[in-house]
Amino acid sequence: MKLTRRHVLGLTVGAAAFAVAGARISPALASVEDTEKAIMDFTGGIAPGAGKITLTAPEIAENGNTVPISVSVESAMEGDDLVESVILFADGNPSPPVATFHFTEMSGAALATTRMRLAKTQNVVAVAKMKDGSFFMDKKEVKVTIGGCGG
Amino acid sequence: MASKPRIKVPKTASAGEVITIKTLISHEMESGQRKDKDGNPIPRQIINKFTCAFEGQTVFECDLDPAISANPYFEFNAKVPASGTFKFTWLDDDGSVYEAEELIEVK
Repeated sequence: MKLTRRHVLGLTVGAAAFAVAGARISPALASVEDTEKAIMDFTGGIAPGAGKITLTAPEIAENGNTVPISVSVESAMEGDDLVESVILFADGNPSPPVATFHFTEMSGAALATTRMRLAKTQNVVAVAKMKDGSFFMDKKEVKVTIGGCGG
Repeated sequence: MASKPRIKVPKTASAGEVITIKTLISHEMESGQRKDKDGNPIPRQIINKFTCAFEGQTVFECDLDPAISANPYFEFNAKVPASGTFKFTWLDDDGSVYEAEELIEVK
């Protein structure tokens, strides 16, 4: 194939577009990595198991400024079967940590609801820390129509 | 910054019952991510901690990050062993402390 002027132009534009797209993607990937690192910091390097914890979030959030989110963990909340804390992350936000809930025997049930901000469509992750040293994780994707981090 | 919190606690409960508590406080929760119209970043000012205690015993605590929405809302459970007072505390980045109390009677 002969390299004509038109081909070269096309290639250059394509490469430029790719570079721009690449630059736009990398911060999000950094956030995902930050989230994974933060989860490992929270668990002390133990990979959290599945089950026990349920994260409830809307499939589609029209307004990223206020997204209702609930976590519940199966537990007797007595003796060793106690949920100590639940940490929440949003892996596509400029800063992934969202909140940490702390429970006690006085909580009666490991259940909490709040409202959070989501900058764009992304995964919300919840990790529960049990008193016996085990960890459980749940993850939900929330599609965001209008982002909630402003500026 | 913050106005009087709104709290929902049942007036009565039976001994040992697990009740649901809802709280809401007005606060801008300025994330520190936004910029003003001249392009200067607006400094972060959020409520960074919420606690609920029953007669001095911690029931529920939350560490808040800037990703919590304005006017932070919480719904959680509490076990009621006897009649007493729930105390709620919100800590602001600027050092302010907002407090509220609710009575509950065990029948």
